[in-house]
Amino acid sequence: MLRVEIFKQLGEFSLQVSFASDGPVTGLFGASGAGKTSLVNMIAGLLPPDRGAIAIGSAVLDDVSAGIHVPAHRRRIGYVFQDARLFPHQSVRQNLVYGQRMNGLADDPAELTRVTGLLDIGHLLDRRPGQLSGGERQRVAFGRALLARPQLLLLDEPMGSLDESRRADILPYLIRLRDEARVPMVYVSHDAEEMRQLATQVVMLSRGRITAFGGPELLPGASGA
Amino acid sequence: MLDLSPAEWTAIALSLRVASVATLVATPLGVAVAWLLARGRFWGKPLVDALVHLPLVLPPVVTGYLLLLAFGRRGLLGAWIADHLGIVLAFRWTGAALACGVMSFPLLVRPIRLSIEAVDRKLEQAAATLGAAPWRVFLTITLPLAAPGIVAGMVLGFAKAIGEFGATITFVSNIPGETQTVSSAIYSLIQTPDGDRAALRLLMISVVIAFAALVASEWFARRALTRLHGN
Repeated sequence: MLRVEIFKQLGEFSLQVSFASDGPVTGLFGASGAGKTSLVNMIAGLLPPDRGAIAIGSAVLDDVSAGIHVPAHRRRIGYVFQDARLFPHQSVRQNLVYGQRMNGLADDPAELTRVTGLLDIGHLLDRRPGQLSGGERQRVAFGRALLARPQLLLLDEPMGSLDESRRADILPYLIRLRDEARVPMVYVSHDAEEMRQLATQVVMLSRGRITAFGGPELLPGASGA
Repeated sequence: MLDLSPAEWTAIALSLRVASVATLVATPLGVAVAWLLARGRFWGKPLVDALVHLPLVLPPVVTGYLLLLAFGRRGLLGAWIADHLGIVLAFRWTGAALACGVMSFPLLVRPIRLSIEAVDRKLEQAAATLGAAPWRVFLTITLPLAAPGIVAGMVLGFAKAIGEFGATITFVSNIPGETQTVSSAIYSLIQTPDGDRAALRLLMISVVIAFAALVASEWFARRALTRLHGN
């Protein structure tokens, strides 16, 4: 259960959001500039809210009035960015196990094999990020976030930098992640079709405010809607 | 041509030792200062910046004299260091290393600072979301990505330290075997009748050392870049 109730002023723009979701995949849907990335950055701990609180289950991550702000590196929240942000000086394998190393988790070759199999990246382990295609890079980024054993996975337009055909290649992996990885996710997108295929709950965001909250049937252009 | 006298060899060896020690000691400090200037947000940052660059614009003889006042045997810092660490700086090769370190510090810091500023902060954020505490982000992401700049700074600093003259001779004088580096040896030889040939020999040696340092830096920088970006 993810509970968010925050206010943040960013220049002229203000973000005021309050929702609680419990889906395997919570979709954050809205046009660019709606405040999706700022909201996700706050959940990740990269941006502190001005007021309010964020909690996962009983774990409070932010509570401004109580002076609580758990730093990003202690949140155990995985984050897949639009631009994969792989570490260019490390091999794919080193990128993948980075989170394990930093969290002091034991080596887990079985888990590495499972995740690389899930994402079809086993043959890329000894390459450098510079030698990967955009889609491969993004898959490695999924794996890297997953292998850090997060309690929540944030996906911020993970297909945003890919062209149409590449998106079609990645989507099945995302559906697999949702169904097999058993990590709750927050999925950010402005693409209704993508969202319909992935999200189990949808938060509609517009200019920093929530306009609707409910099932995927809220999404525009749905058949019969 | 290379029939150098023992005294000349001593000067060359001393120059290399002084410049190496100066560079090796100054580098960790330089990285710390470069990081503060690149990423720190604190009151008085322009002041620190100016202080670091001061040796670049002060007359070397002034820097040398300031060092003598501070680190001489009766100097506030010099007396403390001699009493507590057992290191005497005045008129010793260690003092020459200090003078060279101070004089080359601005040249050492600048490329490191630029390379730290060039490290994508988004990568550091990504590392934080993967559980890396700030100091581990620095060690595993920032530092390796800034490596080419660190090497460049070290080589520039080393080259400057090898050639340093004014502050060194002011602070630790020109004692053969103790503080007489190649630069001060050349200076002495020029002042001596018939010293021209020997001065010329040492001059050529300095050119070779400086040239080798630059070639080495280019090679290291290329290697580091290759390592960063794969093939």
